[in-house]
Amino acid sequence: MSEGAIRSMKDLPSTHLLGAGTAMCAGCGGLGALHEVYDILGRKTVFVNAAGCMTLLSVYPFTPFRSGWLYTSMASAPAGAQGVRDALDILIAKGRLPTEEDVTAVVLTGDGSAYGMGLSATSAAIERNLDFLYLCYDNEGYGNTGQQASGATPHGAKSATTASARGYPGYKKDLFSIWAAHKPTYVATVVGAEPLDLAKKIEKAARLKGPRLVIALAPCPTGWDFDPELAVEIGRLAVKTGVWPLKEYADGQVVHTRIPHPRVPVEEYLKLQGRFGHLFEPRRNEAMLSEIQAQVDKYWDAVA
Amino acid sequence: MTRSLLTGNAAAAWGARLAEVDYVPAFPITPQTEIIETLAQWFDSRAAQGRLVTLESEHSMVTAAAAAAATGVRVFTATSSQGLMYAMEMIYTVAGWRVPFVLANVSRALASPITLEPDHTDILAARDSGFLQIHCATCQEVLDSVLIAYRLAEHERVRLPVIVNLDGFYLSFTREPVEIPEAETVRRFLPAFDADGVEFRASRPISQAVAVLGGSAYSYFRYEVHLASLQALPVYEEIAVAFEKEFGRSHPAVEAYRCEDAEIVFFMIGAFATKAKDAVDRLRESGWKIGLVRPRLLRPYPTEALQRLLIGRHAAVVVDQNLSMGKGGVLYSELASVLYGKAGAPVLLGFVGGLGGRDLSPEEFYEMAKLARDAAREGVAPEPRLLYTSGEMREIGKLQAIALSERREIGDRT
Repeated sequence: MSEGAIRSMKDLPSTHLLGAGTAMCAGCGGLGALHEVYDILGRKTVFVNAAGCMTLLSVYPFTPFRSGWLYTSMASAPAGAQGVRDALDILIAKGRLPTEEDVTAVVLTGDGSAYGMGLSATSAAIERNLDFLYLCYDNEGYGNTGQQASGATPHGAKSATTASARGYPGYKKDLFSIWAAHKPTYVATVVGAEPLDLAKKIEKAARLKGPRLVIALAPCPTGWDFDPELAVEIGRLAVKTGVWPLKEYADGQVVHTRIPHPRVPVEEYLKLQGRFGHLFEPRRNEAMLSEIQAQVDKYWDAVA
Repeated sequence: MTRSLLTGNAAAAWGARLAEVDYVPAFPITPQTEIIETLAQWFDSRAAQGRLVTLESEHSMVTAAAAAAATGVRVFTATSSQGLMYAMEMIYTVAGWRVPFVLANVSRALASPITLEPDHTDILAARDSGFLQIHCATCQEVLDSVLIAYRLAEHERVRLPVIVNLDGFYLSFTREPVEIPEAETVRRFLPAFDADGVEFRASRPISQAVAVLGGSAYSYFRYEVHLASLQALPVYEEIAVAFEKEFGRSHPAVEAYRCEDAEIVFFMIGAFATKAKDAVDRLRESGWKIGLVRPRLLRPYPTEALQRLLIGRHAAVVVDQNLSMGKGGVLYSELASVLYGKAGAPVLLGFVGGLGGRDLSPEEFYEMAKLARDAAREGVAPEPRLLYTSGEMREIGKLQAIALSERREIGDRT
């Protein structure tokens, strides 16, 4: 990661832009990440939102944002960013807008949109080399409707639509690689529980032009079934166990910004979450625990 | 001012060019594609100063169109049929954003069965969205309507997107003489778009299209769109007067053709209404007192104008090039709703015809006129019906016989 102004925790912004008192749940990992991202990006932004939990941030007549907001639909937020960006470029080119009035279009969606319904619109926005930032808060399910399984749900997790002892039979879609395969300017994974790593990446993304996409793992107390006070701990464990690799893609290269070593056993992360409770109670499901651990090990073996 | 032979599609593109649109988000679909190709060529050659971006779907295209309008530029876009349906979530959504822009819809029948030829079921699916709708019958009208549509959409009492509708093939690919006005004259009629502060700027952050909680706030905003749409009716009339003054062409909300003493009127929208005009001319030569009433504006619905034009007639023949399954023609139901209970309302005859590009013959117009005369005399309208001949039925029978024969042949071999 190239060096910007942010090098240590004490370089992080001490004033916060996003207002308090929103409708998000206590301990929302997505909101935590958004706070941190917004502090780095600043006011010259317009958030283009897709249907999801965060749609409830701006409810008439209140908003926690000190910049623009446009709600679109579940599938087409990147197209909304396209319209905003193109309009601003046209106005500037025609001399109808001073450049200091320019704003950055920031797509804000959950995983339901990012991994599924909005993927086509995202793919096309990258293909058009749209100059925008995409922030996906990934709580690994359709959280706003009560945590049904989405394309981001991890293997074995219970959800409102995969409530059997098997949990979700599929595997979490590798959206980072799908995005990176489009060769955009920048792709990164972050988590709010690692604010320095997050801040460095957002600072870098903000300096670049073109499509810049960031997935923030968003520990979700209601959807993942844990006490809100554990949200930060779970975020940290996602990194320490290697379940959520912190990495970035730029110039054709994938670089891991944190290599957990030694890796904490994955069950330390799983056992704090009710959605994986069936792997421990009434008896340990050794087969599935080993399978999940093996997947994580396999990933990191390939990195090393 | 020059006079050229233009297709309906080229006329739509000329309308956008003369409106000096800044931005055209696009997606190809037959029979609309010529519109965006024409604009793309003009932008490439710098004949016009706009930017065209191809989106990956009509859903995204309408999103980008509205988002750009919400950022303060003049936007034009176009689609057809399945494309309009694919965009439908956003058609409803962006009307509530109160962003003015113009969408040309080149009407084409909807699947299934999938087909390329026109009817109006696509555009009528957008009827309740909040978009205003102007329906054209000639290529000149297409060009003129695009200009009128911008002034209407951007009017401070309206601020709603507008669909200008033209029939696929019969209008989109038919060349007619079209007067192309001078850019200067158009600028006088249609000044540059003023977003009036509803736009994204760093120094003046605003939230657009936010959520509401509860039916009270929801009802308020939805009804505001309805009221704005109703406001568009008197505003349209003002604009039509200004248009006629500037360009010398009259485009009232409802066209009344040879209606002065008409006892019977045809009631139609779109290009096939010109067929009704021809039938009216011929029937008048035979002594019929007959005319045509053609709404150009379908949303807002020109209720008073229609009542004024229809009450006192003996019979009205509604020809619907659309079909609401399980109900019938949409225009018929809508017209009935504004005439119900009115003293002197005409007997209403409903016909569904011209589905999927199926032609309407002069003989069918004469027959409908006869049925209308009989119905007026008896005071009872026949049941609504489909315009379909026994010859067509025989042809379908032949196709079915071939299909059956082939299936047996193949079945015998396997």
